[in-house]
Amino acid sequence: MFDFGIVTRWFDQLLCGIMPGWLATTIEGVIIAVALILVYAVLALFYILYERKLCAWFQCRLGPMRVGRWGWMQVFADMFKILIKELIKLRNTDKFLFELAPYLVILASMLSFAVLPWGRGLQIIDFNIGVFFMIAVSGLGVIGILLAGWASDSKYTLVGALRGGAQMISCELSVAMSIMTMVVLAGTMSISGIVYAQEDAWFIFKGHVPAIIAFIIYLIAATAETNRGPFDLPEAEHELTAGYHTEYSGIHFGFFYLAEYLNLFIVSGIAALMFLGGWMPLHIPGCDGFNMVMDWIPSVIWFLGKAFFISFIIIWFKWSFPRVRIDQLLAMEWKYLMPIGLFNIALMTVVVVYGWHF
Amino acid sequence: MGVKIKSMKQEDFKDNEYIESLIKKLKENGTNAVVGMFDDLINWGRSNSLWPFTFGTSCCAIEFMSLGAARYDMARFGFEVARNSPRQADFIMLQGTIVHRMASPMRRLYEQLAEPKYVIAVGGCAISGGPFRNSYCVVKGVDQILPVDVYIPGCPPRPEAMFYGMMQLQRKIKVERFFGGVNRKERIRDFLAQHPEEEFEKR
Amino acid sequence: MANIQEKISALCPEATFEEGETLLVTVPDAKWHALAKAMKEDADLSFDYLVGITGVDWKESMGCIYYFTSTKYGTHVSVKVSTTDREKPMLHSVSDLWKVALIHEREVYDFYGIIFINHPDLRRYFLRNDWKGFPLRKDYDASDKANPIRLEAEKNEDDTVSYIEDAEGKIQKKRKLVFKPEEYVINIGPQHPSTHGVMRMRTALEGETITHIDMVTGYIHRGIEKLCEGLGYPQSLLFTDRMDYMSAHQNRHCLCLCIEKALGLEVPKRAQVIRVMMDELMRLSSHLLSYGCLTMDLGATTAFFYGFREREIILNIFEKTCGARMSLNYDTIGGVMADIDVDFANDVKALCKLMPERLKEYHKLFTGNVIANNRLRGVGVLSREDAINLSVTGPSGRGSGWACDVRKTAPYSIYNEIDFDEITETEGDSFARYMVRMREMEQCVKILEQLADNIPEGDYCAKVPKIIKLPVGHWFQQVEASRGAFGVYIESTGEKTPYRMHFNSPCLNLLGAVDPCTRGEKIADLIAINASLDYVVPDVDR
Repeated sequence: MFDFGIVTRWFDQLLCGIMPGWLATTIEGVIIAVALILVYAVLALFYILYERKLCAWFQCRLGPMRVGRWGWMQVFADMFKILIKELIKLRNTDKFLFELAPYLVILASMLSFAVLPWGRGLQIIDFNIGVFFMIAVSGLGVIGILLAGWASDSKYTLVGALRGGAQMISCELSVAMSIMTMVVLAGTMSISGIVYAQEDAWFIFKGHVPAIIAFIIYLIAATAETNRGPFDLPEAEHELTAGYHTEYSGIHFGFFYLAEYLNLFIVSGIAALMFLGGWMPLHIPGCDGFNMVMDWIPSVIWFLGKAFFISFIIIWFKWSFPRVRIDQLLAMEWKYLMPIGLFNIALMTVVVVYGWHF
Repeated sequence: MGVKIKSMKQEDFKDNEYIESLIKKLKENGTNAVVGMFDDLINWGRSNSLWPFTFGTSCCAIEFMSLGAARYDMARFGFEVARNSPRQADFIMLQGTIVHRMASPMRRLYEQLAEPKYVIAVGGCAISGGPFRNSYCVVKGVDQILPVDVYIPGCPPRPEAMFYGMMQLQRKIKVERFFGGVNRKERIRDFLAQHPEEEFEKR
Repeated sequence: MANIQEKISALCPEATFEEGETLLVTVPDAKWHALAKAMKEDADLSFDYLVGITGVDWKESMGCIYYFTSTKYGTHVSVKVSTTDREKPMLHSVSDLWKVALIHEREVYDFYGIIFINHPDLRRYFLRNDWKGFPLRKDYDASDKANPIRLEAEKNEDDTVSYIEDAEGKIQKKRKLVFKPEEYVINIGPQHPSTHGVMRMRTALEGETITHIDMVTGYIHRGIEKLCEGLGYPQSLLFTDRMDYMSAHQNRHCLCLCIEKALGLEVPKRAQVIRVMMDELMRLSSHLLSYGCLTMDLGATTAFFYGFREREIILNIFEKTCGARMSLNYDTIGGVMADIDVDFANDVKALCKLMPERLKEYHKLFTGNVIANNRLRGVGVLSREDAINLSVTGPSGRGSGWACDVRKTAPYSIYNEIDFDEITETEGDSFARYMVRMREMEQCVKILEQLADNIPEGDYCAKVPKIIKLPVGHWFQQVEASRGAFGVYIESTGEKTPYRMHFNSPCLNLLGAVDPCTRGEKIADLIAINASLDYVVPDVDR
């Protein structure tokens, strides 16, 4: 399997050879930032199309067809349009906070986007508390949503934002809990460490019962955390028209829209990392031929494939399930997911201590 | 001379004189090559990504739902994302009768739409009052209160007719100019000036 | 009927009686409220279901005609109350006895300016607050000068007007605030994705819990009843399709039946069968749409597309015979407009074959879903008594256990020859209302299966005079539309045009149930309750 670390190290040495170290670091930082934003935008566009095509498929429709072959240019048309759409300035609002909110939301998703391991050696930063950092920055998004709702000076947005606040903060607990369960199994918080720990078997196989419980809890709670159906209460279209971003137009709305799709990718990516081995290929002990074939598939493809698969599941139930009510959601979170998650950590600890995992 | 949209051929449209006269007007003073290219790009984006604002008062709204449903599937043409918030929509499809009580909310909704915004009047009621024209409280044609871009007659129009109308809107957008002389904005301003709101309360 | 007459004359000696299709009791206003109370509470009369109130302007006097039905005995009676005062006409309200009168009396006030004493909330209902005049009065000036299009925002009326009669009989005007100043009021509508049209619900919230709702309608009030007064009978048929467009056939059937009853016209058997089949197809398509809308309002978007997929098949059948997908204009006085398409019976049979398995699919997708159950069960409970008191008919009323199907209680056309079950559920919550619709679809299929092979040969339309003039008199006819009992009241003076035509729409009554159902529920439940009541706003406003 190709190690991208070779490329990055070579590039780093090349730069350091011709310029002082601080300049090389700066240039590398800029290049990475640009690449990050590019990948972010491309992935978001891809996800928009991916979801539209998928939901069209569930709904016996075709989805976008006419703009580009199979409608692949549709998202670019949407992007051009939304970029030059008028930004409506509202009277009687806190203008600074109103404009700040979408950037906060997109910043939060971009920061957690940055820690994902894309492939062997293809990771922006790998430090020993990577998981902790990831959980911390993904929590920033809720501030953006609360601000958006509050600064818009509208009752719909306020109800949407308060719902969003309550929902995201409580569901983050379960997300963190199920991630912690896997950290117990891995014995490390470093993201690359977690991936390498799954070299022999993915965690979902390795940790069997507690890992599967954690996976299910994670899927439910992560969907709720990203405000996607059936937990899309903060923007519940049929109750609050568009929820916390009702008053946003143009690219400000576009940021919320992009962040929503990217968050979907991020939670799928984290699930892939924590449960499905990150970029690790699928290995079946004993079948060497099969394992070799799997090794030939580049690690980036593995990672993206797993993430898309999990997104597929999330999109699937978004379009099929009705929306829950806010009190039901909170009851589910605090009465079921949280206690089960806590119990699950204990169970996993026991499993790890006695070495009952594979 | 004509506007190309992918969904339908120029010859298949009836009465192309209006579009042709628009093109003629645009080309009168020539176009800067770079600006023209940007214009084309923007118009391509705008015309292919028209997000409707869900606004239906009566029967036509059900046909609009059929339009989104599996058999007609307007998502194919890029009309996919029906927004419920006027801030995020591109055009308003006025389906159904507009009565006196609805006139002022209607106007407010229109003003809440973000530029560029377009209006399609769907069905006899929205165009002229339709069968209710003689009523004491029906607005006799929505063009008395809003600048309408495309009219789709019918009671209610078939979904195919709605597609035809929406494609006419796409063609109309394609002959607009974003940079330089924007003739559209002035037209809206003129319209609103001619139809003032007496003491329209600003929040 | 004689029994009722004796009973009422014992209760109120001043009452005069007029035999007709139903007994018409004329009561002076002073005695009306006492009689109404007795009529409702007397064990032998027990007229607990107020079908509708029709305001009429007889030029020398103005007043109302009330239609009552006893759910216990199935008897009908109508009551006429009038006043000669045109400047400040006043009648006594019966809204304390039948809650449905709250809405109907407001409607009469809006159209005729008749003030109902002791009515708690007499504001304009359909027209703008600043509207001048009362449009259905015969001397109303309909020109644009009196009421031009106003683009300035309408002022919210925050206090209700009521005229309260005190112990000495003095009438005082009282005002009461709709919302307390500290209440958090969210304005849902007029443009909102889940109001099913343009309607406004000013919702007072306590956190996410609804304390009460002030309904503001009239955003699609087109004045159909006034328009009908200027048109001939065949012309007025067209409006029925555009009120509740999801029960176009049934509404039109109702008006045709009423006119045929007045003319004494015999409709050919073939036409009757075709009409009933069309009614049931329409009901099927309407329930499919309501399934779709309910699921979409709750967020399960895919189910919406499934409902619409089958609806398109029905629309195809309509299109082949009627030539349109909606606004079908098919029934006519004396029969139907044109003969059925050659494929009609086969198409219907194919549909009947397809539907049971598709219904299974719907249930699989939505009914068994745990979230759907949590969202619908126990939400928006309407008891049987409340349903009758609010006159909530149709699937919504049957969800509360009230067997109110007009097809069974007062069979019209050929319904007494058909074998089908009346579906009722007892819980009265949103889920029961939803299930009634789902199970009713099976009954629709059952009826269609019976009729598809048995369409008799013969004329599709009776011989009807070129110019239709109804004899002097008044008639009332009800049918079971998709959303409940739809009634038509026609009063004729022997002219080509009706003197008064009133449409008693089921959705108006459904609207009255929204506030009682939603109190104490969450704001998300409001959407579920609205969707399960399934009203169509153009039918409310007319």
